[in-house]
Amino acid sequence: MLRRLLVFIPLLIFFVMGIFLWRGLQLDPSELPSALIDKPMPSFSLSSVYDENTRLSEQQLKGKPALLNVWATWCPTCKQEHDQLNRIVREEGVTIYGINYKDERSKAQDWLTRYEDPYVLNIYDDKGTLGLDLGVYGAPETYILDKDGIIRYRHVGEVNEKVWVKLRGLMQELEGSGS
Amino acid sequence: MRHLLIALLLWLPLWAQAAIDSFEFRDEATRDRFHQLTAELRCPKCQNQNIADSNSPIAEDLRTEIHRMLQQGDSDQDIVDFMVARYGEFVLYRPRVTSQTLILWYGPFGLLAVGVVVILVMTRRRRKAGSPDAAPDAIEPAETLSAAERRRLDELLKQDDK
Repeated sequence: MLRRLLVFIPLLIFFVMGIFLWRGLQLDPSELPSALIDKPMPSFSLSSVYDENTRLSEQQLKGKPALLNVWATWCPTCKQEHDQLNRIVREEGVTIYGINYKDERSKAQDWLTRYEDPYVLNIYDDKGTLGLDLGVYGAPETYILDKDGIIRYRHVGEVNEKVWVKLRGLMQELEGSGS
Repeated sequence: MRHLLIALLLWLPLWAQAAIDSFEFRDEATRDRFHQLTAELRCPKCQNQNIADSNSPIAEDLRTEIHRMLQQGDSDQDIVDFMVARYGEFVLYRPRVTSQTLILWYGPFGLLAVGVVVILVMTRRRRKAGSPDAAPDAIEPAETLSAAERRRLDELLKQDDK
């Protein structure tokens, strides 16, 4: 009897492996969880894109749940998502902070004039130092910060409609619990 | 035409090369540590390359950062911690031994042990089956022999005894 059951062991192994490999197919290996989830925003002191004498720091990102968008003029996907960012600011009143990542000041200013500026603050990170502290590995990246400036979520890639629905859900949760 | 194309394609590998930066080191030992570190840290952007091989801007930044930290006198552990704090355990090509990676480090030895046990059990069982007395599933003559055959067998065995 026992011997007869043993015959099924390879079949069982096959199914277990099958389930794991099948799950593996659904995962996107390029989506890495941020190492900074539930950690405070790294401290920084950088100038504003508009004015090099205006200093910005992590203290100014506190107050309410917000998005933090890492972008650059050399990044084509940033151009793609820019309209979407403008729209959610205009229509849904979301707070977005911008980090201009490894870019040139004049180009960034031109871009913000030409395509509208959805950002409440424009942090100018030309050396990528803040990007390094955040673990940014490619623009665009979008983080959700809660009202205390703690990083709650990171999305790598374009914020399209589908992604925004997810981000909005997460932000509403933060608003609900944080008040 | 085709031969020409093939001949041209043969030159392609010459283009393949690792990213080269010109870093200055204070001594050879530091240079070796730099090579060791960049070979063992994974590029977060182009995920199947280490940061020594990758040409992506982020890998370049990380090489510069590692070089800066080395020159500043940081230990290898400091640098690895720095990277993990920003990019997560993912960047380690040589994962740390933690409760999550135990199976990764010792799983193969576990499987080897299981295999050894299975082989031992199987050989022991086979040896038992080979010996006439203790064979658990040795077929009793009564099951396969008719009454006449059985009588004949008994006779033969008696002859043997003499």
